[in-house]
Amino acid sequence: MIDNTTVTAVKSDAVPLPIIHSTRKNSWRMVWQQHRALYIMLMPAAILLVLLNFYPMWGVALAFVKYNLVKGLDGSEFVGLQNFQQVFGRPETWSIIRNTVVIAVGKIIFGQLAAIVFALMIHEVKFPPYKRLVQTLTTLPYFLSWIIVGAVMVVLLGTQGPVNNIVEGLGLRPIRFLADRNIFPWTIIFSDVWKGFGFGAVIYLAALTQINPELYEAAAVDGAGRGKRMRHITLPGIAPTIVLMAALSLGSVLNAGFDQILVLYNSVVYSTGDIIDTWVYRVGLLGTNYEIATVVGLFKGAVGFTLILFSYWLAGKYANYRIF
Amino acid sequence: MIEERSLTYRIIDIVIWVILAVLALSCLLPFVHVFSVSLSSSSAIAADAVGLLPVGFHLENYTYIMQNRDFLNSFGVSIVRVLLGVTTTLALVTVTAYPLSLDRIYMPGRTVFKVLMLIGMLFGVGLIPTFLSYRNLGLLNSFLVLILPPAINIFYIIIMVNFFRGIPYELAEAAWLDGASHWDVLLRIYIPISKPALATIALFAAVGHWNSWFDGILFLNQADRWPLQSFLYALVSTRQINWQSATGVRDFMEATPEGLSAALIFVAAVPILLVYPFLQRYFITGLTLGSVKE
Repeated sequence: MIDNTTVTAVKSDAVPLPIIHSTRKNSWRMVWQQHRALYIMLMPAAILLVLLNFYPMWGVALAFVKYNLVKGLDGSEFVGLQNFQQVFGRPETWSIIRNTVVIAVGKIIFGQLAAIVFALMIHEVKFPPYKRLVQTLTTLPYFLSWIIVGAVMVVLLGTQGPVNNIVEGLGLRPIRFLADRNIFPWTIIFSDVWKGFGFGAVIYLAALTQINPELYEAAAVDGAGRGKRMRHITLPGIAPTIVLMAALSLGSVLNAGFDQILVLYNSVVYSTGDIIDTWVYRVGLLGTNYEIATVVGLFKGAVGFTLILFSYWLAGKYANYRIF
Repeated sequence: MIEERSLTYRIIDIVIWVILAVLALSCLLPFVHVFSVSLSSSSAIAADAVGLLPVGFHLENYTYIMQNRDFLNSFGVSIVRVLLGVTTTLALVTVTAYPLSLDRIYMPGRTVFKVLMLIGMLFGVGLIPTFLSYRNLGLLNSFLVLILPPAINIFYIIIMVNFFRGIPYELAEAAWLDGASHWDVLLRIYIPISKPALATIALFAAVGHWNSWFDGILFLNQADRWPLQSFLYALVSTRQINWQSATGVRDFMEATPEGLSAALIFVAAVPILLVYPFLQRYFITGLTLGSVKE
């Protein structure tokens, strides 16, 4: 008897009927009674979001004070925009911003080009096992950390390394890939392109497989050669993907690759290789220049956020992209 | 179809095959080289004689690593981190995605939640505020700092929401009519049929956790709590870890810093190589699920 009542009680509590749909306007209370579980499900994410993403926003206040390391924020003197003036009045700041944008834009342009050209070449291969083999090998570096790949790069690109052995074998002088400040940004860009082109091509290959094969057959029957088929069928087929990737990449114009540069750089190449993120870590955190680094971090956060929103807007407008 | 057999067509084909072979080898050979360095004798490494095959083959670098407590410890931390991290991520992602995917149920606050989630995750406040806040929250030197921040990942949540949206609504509706609760529907219907999406997220989260190192360096100041990749970073970049200080150096005549680093690089890559065949099967799912939705 007791068992029975508890069961029915649990059941009547659990049954969320009638299900409330968005077409009907209902009171909060009804929604809460029937779909409490949905709110409970969102609780863990909400708590983490508040603690890990919103709570740190108080730290932005550091940008407006002279930070007192002993007393903390409450014991710090309010200085208004003085930190901002100091940061943006220094040539060093503009240098790290320039380095960041140069390296990030270089990576975007060469990375996307490499991925597209690579995908087009794979697409021309009509022997599936070879396709798979090449793809398997070229996609692998993407999944290894920059610690591993960086350590491999240090071995390969050193003045005594295998790459310079080849360079010297060609009768040229060894190239200081990691210790010449004019070459270092290119080393960063191209090692990143090398690590990512295989995986970057996956999205283009997915688009290429969507192209109707009958189009190629019809074009061949009509006498269209390889070049014409590429221009009139293949490229239009992946054009939407190219537009999408171009729009989305705008969001990473300030992300030059913290992991990679922290592993590969050294004091000799700071003038061209130091980016916002590495500077904030080295000078700001390790050097305890908290307020200055907060200003720079805030600048990056605000500009980066604007760029991301703009890139989503572009992607939505020109490539029918929706995130949610 | 005459054109298919023409000479220029063949030549272009050969050129493409050769270029692809060069690219594929460029991705393979660096790792082969490092692997052979890890197996080569100290004199061969010093003489720069190691190419693609080991010279003076020996396994001392590996036996040395395997008895090094710092290494074994960090390897253990990494394994635990991946297991706990992936479990936490999957639990959080499914539980969050379910309410967000049920568009047909009237749920006040859902849109606000989505917008706040986007803002919270896309607006980076910067390293210093994050560091000081985590310190205030008591996350410094806590294992949780390796698990919780990566658990709420907006891209995984988007992948999951889009996958759940693809499940016919009638399935859930029929279950509700039979008296099922939301938890029943999520656990008994949605999760079992979402295996491809869950596998994709699990693999990417596992790789992400295995490869993470900066959080270890930044938030954990005791090196014995570091995961393997943080340990490796300290070794390759700042050389904080002094191999010679470890015990039993005399037993390892052939072990060299270069060889040990190379062996460590290889060992750190092995788990990725092991899951790689599965990753390959799922990364297209991951890309297409998360992106364009008509």
